[in-house]
Amino acid sequence: MRKLRIAVLVLATFHGFVLFAGFVAPYDSSAQDRELPFAAPTRLHVVDARGRFHVCPFVYGPDGRVYPLLFLVPGAPYKVAGLFPARLHLFGVEEPGRVFLFGTDDYGRDQFSRFLYGGQISLLAGLMAGFLSVSLGAVIGVVAGFYGGWVDDVLMRVAEFFLAAPWLYLLFAVRAALPLHVAEWQILMLLVCVLGLLGWARPARLVRGMVLSAKERNFVLAAKGLGAGDAYIMRRHILPQTYGVLLTQLALLVPHFVLAEVTLSFLGLGVGEPVPSWGSLLSYLQQYSVISLYWWMFIPGLLLVPFFLSYYAAADAFQEHYRPVVL
Amino acid sequence: MKTVYSWKRFFAHTVIAFFWFVAAVPSRASEPAGDSMVTDNPAGHAGGRLAVALRSEPKTLNPILALDETSREVIACLSADLIHINRGSQKSEPALAKSWKVSQDGRQYTLQLRRGLRFSDGEPFDADDVVFSFQVYLDEKVDAPQRDLLVVSGKPIVVEKLDAYSVRFQLAQPYAAAERIFDSVPILPRHLLEASYRKNGIADAWSISTSPSRFAGLGPFRLKEYVPGQRIALERNPYYWKQDRRGVRLPYVDEIDFLFVASEDAQVIRFQSGETDILSRLSAENFAVLEKQEAAKGYRVQDLGPGLEYNFLFFNLNEVSAKDLPEVARKQSWFQDVRFRQAVSAAIDRDGIVRLVYSGRATPLWGNVTPGNKLWSDPQLPQPPKSMERARTLLKSADFSWNQDGSLRDPHGSPVEFSILTSSSNAQRTKMATIVQDDLAQLGMKVHVVSLEFGTVVSRLTKSHDYEACVMGLVSGDADPTPEMNVWVSSGETHLWHPKESRPATSWEADIDGLMQRQLISLDYAKRKRLYDKVQEIIAENVPLIFLASPNVLVAAKNRVGNFQPAVMSPYTLWNVEQLYLQ
Repeated sequence: MRKLRIAVLVLATFHGFVLFAGFVAPYDSSAQDRELPFAAPTRLHVVDARGRFHVCPFVYGPDGRVYPLLFLVPGAPYKVAGLFPARLHLFGVEEPGRVFLFGTDDYGRDQFSRFLYGGQISLLAGLMAGFLSVSLGAVIGVVAGFYGGWVDDVLMRVAEFFLAAPWLYLLFAVRAALPLHVAEWQILMLLVCVLGLLGWARPARLVRGMVLSAKERNFVLAAKGLGAGDAYIMRRHILPQTYGVLLTQLALLVPHFVLAEVTLSFLGLGVGEPVPSWGSLLSYLQQYSVISLYWWMFIPGLLLVPFFLSYYAAADAFQEHYRPVVL
Repeated sequence: MKTVYSWKRFFAHTVIAFFWFVAAVPSRASEPAGDSMVTDNPAGHAGGRLAVALRSEPKTLNPILALDETSREVIACLSADLIHINRGSQKSEPALAKSWKVSQDGRQYTLQLRRGLRFSDGEPFDADDVVFSFQVYLDEKVDAPQRDLLVVSGKPIVVEKLDAYSVRFQLAQPYAAAERIFDSVPILPRHLLEASYRKNGIADAWSISTSPSRFAGLGPFRLKEYVPGQRIALERNPYYWKQDRRGVRLPYVDEIDFLFVASEDAQVIRFQSGETDILSRLSAENFAVLEKQEAAKGYRVQDLGPGLEYNFLFFNLNEVSAKDLPEVARKQSWFQDVRFRQAVSAAIDRDGIVRLVYSGRATPLWGNVTPGNKLWSDPQLPQPPKSMERARTLLKSADFSWNQDGSLRDPHGSPVEFSILTSSSNAQRTKMATIVQDDLAQLGMKVHVVSLEFGTVVSRLTKSHDYEACVMGLVSGDADPTPEMNVWVSSGETHLWHPKESRPATSWEADIDGLMQRQLISLDYAKRKRLYDKVQEIIAENVPLIFLASPNVLVAAKNRVGNFQPAVMSPYTLWNVEQLYLQ
C-alpha cells in the first residue's frame, strides 16, 4: 500500500498542477520573450553578490538588480479549469526580472508554463479516451459475457479485429484525411475519439471473462430464480464484480493514451502551434542542435518518467487489491 | 597520285603517335597544351580526396534536364561554360571563351574560344561543340531549363560559327550584361551526343545509370563511379584547361566523393566525425553547434553575411472569382488596399525574426535586393522599424476599426481573419509565419498558420489561387537584375502575388514593367542602377511582397582544406573546386 500511496501522491501533484496550470504557471503558455530564445533555467539565489543571505529566493534581472521571488502575485490573465477568469499566480517576479524554472524555447516562451499547460491537452486526451474505452469495454464485455452464444462470438471477433488494428497508422490516416486548418479542440476531440474507440477491446475481453464466471454464481442464479430482469442483474450483481478490473485497466490505459497523444504531437500531428502539449515539447529533441546545446529541453521528457511510473504502480496496486477471490 | 610511304613519314607518324600517347594522359606538371587559363590563387598541394555531403541524390547528370540543386552542383564540377560569373567578385570573367567583343549596338557578341582544349575523354574541343550545344539548348523539343534565358524578347539567340575558334551570337535587341547568360550553360561534347540528338534521344543519353566512359565534359572533374543510394565519385580531369601560376595543371585534388546524406543534422554529425570536409548552407542552429567545438575538432566555420535569398510574406492579389473562392474574394478587398499591406508590414518585428529564426545570423529586409548583392542593393531604401502606432493609423485611415475586446473589424464590420500558407519542409519559414501570427494578433487580426507540402503550396500559388497569404522565399541565381525579370514584370511566371497578368493590374505594376524593360536594353551600369533603384522604391512603397529577412550564408570546412573561399552565390563552397587542395 505504501507504493500506492506514493503513486497517488505523485499523480495528485501532477494532475493538480496541470488542472490549475494558470495559477501555478508564472506566464501565459504562448507569451514570447523575443529577447530570450533558448534561455537557460533562471537560477534562484539565496545569497547575493555581497554575500548577504536572503530568506526569500531571488533572481537577477537583465539590469543586474535583485528581483525577489514573490508569491501570490497578479500577472497574465487565465481561466481556472477553463471557466473562471483570474489573474492570481502562485509565484512570479517583477518586470523586467524573469523566472524561467525550466528555461525557454526557441520563441523565448517559458518551458515550465508550457509544460503545465501542455499537460492539460495531453492529460485531458488521455483521461477522456481512457474513460471512453473503459466504459465501452465494460458495456460490450458485460453484454457479450452475459448473453453468450452468437452475440458473444460476434462481439469478440470484432474485439480481436480492433486488437490487431495498427492504431498508430490508423491515427496517421485519419489525421491526414482531415483538412489542415481545424480548430485545436476539434483535433483534441478527434484524438480522444479515435484513441477511445480503438482501446475498448482489451477491457471488454477481461470483463467478459469476469462475467462468464460471475453469472454462474449462486446469488446470480438466485436473483434469476426470483424473477429479476437481465438489465437489473447486469447492473446490480454483475457489473460491480468487474470494478477492480476496470479500475486497473483505466490505470493502464490512461498513460497508454497520454503516450499516444505525445507520440502524435511529437510527429507534428497533434494540436498545432502555439498551443503546447507534452508531445510538442518533446519534439524539440528531434533537432541535433537542441540536443547538443540546450540540456533543459530534456526536462519535460524526464518529468514524464515518474508520471508514467506512478500510473503503472497504481495499476499494479489495484490489481493486487482487487485480485479475484476464488470461491 | 602516287603515295610514297617514306621512312621520314613513318618516323613522323610514330613521333605523333608517341605524343598522342603522352597527350592522352597528360601529367600535372607538363605545360598544358593550348590557351590554358592561369588562375591567381595561392599554389596548393596536389592529390588527395575531398568528401562532400549532398542533401539528395542527383536526379540526372544531363545538363539539359537538371532542375534540382544537387544535380546542378555535381554537373558544375563536370562541365564548363563560355563566360563564367566569378562567385567571389560577382563579375563575369573569361572561361572557355578567352575574350569577347560586343558590337556598338549591343546586339552582337563575338567570342574567341581557347585553342587546343580537350574534353575529359581526350577528344578536342572547338566551335562546332559550341554551336551544337546552343542548338540543343535552344531546341523547343528538348525544352531545356536554360532556354528561357537564351530567348531575348521572344526570339532565340542566333549562333554562328565564324571559324574553328570563334563564334558569333546575335541578339534580337540590345541586352544588358548579356555575357552573364552564358554562365552555367555547359558546353556539350558533340562527338558523344550528336547521334542521340539526331534521333531525338538526347534526354535519355546521359542518365544516372550511364557508364562513366560515355560521359565527357570540360569541367575540372569527370565521372568515376556512381553507387546508387550511397555516393557519386568524380576523378580529376587530366585535360582540364586551368593552371596555377607555377604552371601546375588544376584541379589539385585527385577525387571528389559526393556522399548522399539526407538530413542536415546527419550532415553535421558526419562532418563532426570527420567523414566529410566541407559543409554548405548550414542552419544557424547547427552553425552554433559547430562553432562551439571549432577549435577542438580542427575545422572552421564561416559566416559570409547576407546571401541572395529573400523571404517575404504576400497576399493573394490574383483575380479570383467570387463564385469559386468566395472567402478569398471577400478578403481580397483588404489585401488590395495598399494601406492594409503597409500596416501589416509596419507591425512585423523583423529584428525578432532575425533573432528567433536565424539566431541573429540574418539581415532584416525591406526590399527585394539583399545587402549580399554588392552591385545592386539600394542603401537609400527606407527601413522603418516596427511601429504599432503607424500600423493602427494606416488601418484607421482604411476604415478598419476595433471591437472592445481588441479584435479588428473591416469596413463592413466582419472580423479580420486569414491564414498564412507555408511549406512544411522549410522550418524557418514556418517559424517566420508563427512570429508574424503573433505580431498581427497585437493588431487584433486572427491569423492561422497552415503548413503544406511544398508542391501543394506551389500549385495553390500558381494554379488554383486557393490561398489567402503565404510566406515564401526566393534565391536569386545571379546578382544581376535581369534574371529577376520573371518576378517583377507583371507577365512573369514568378510574379507571385498575381502571376502571368495579361496586362498590368495596377499603375505601379505598369511602371515597374517599363523600368525593367528599360534597364534590360540599357548597356550602361550607372543608368541601369538608377532604373533598378527606382523599381526597388516602387516595390517598397506598394509592398506587393512584405520582405522579412535574408539569412546569412553559413559554411564550414576542415582546416586541411586550402584555398577555401566560400561565396554568397550558389554553389557556395565548390565554385572554385579546381583550386581547393588538401594540406
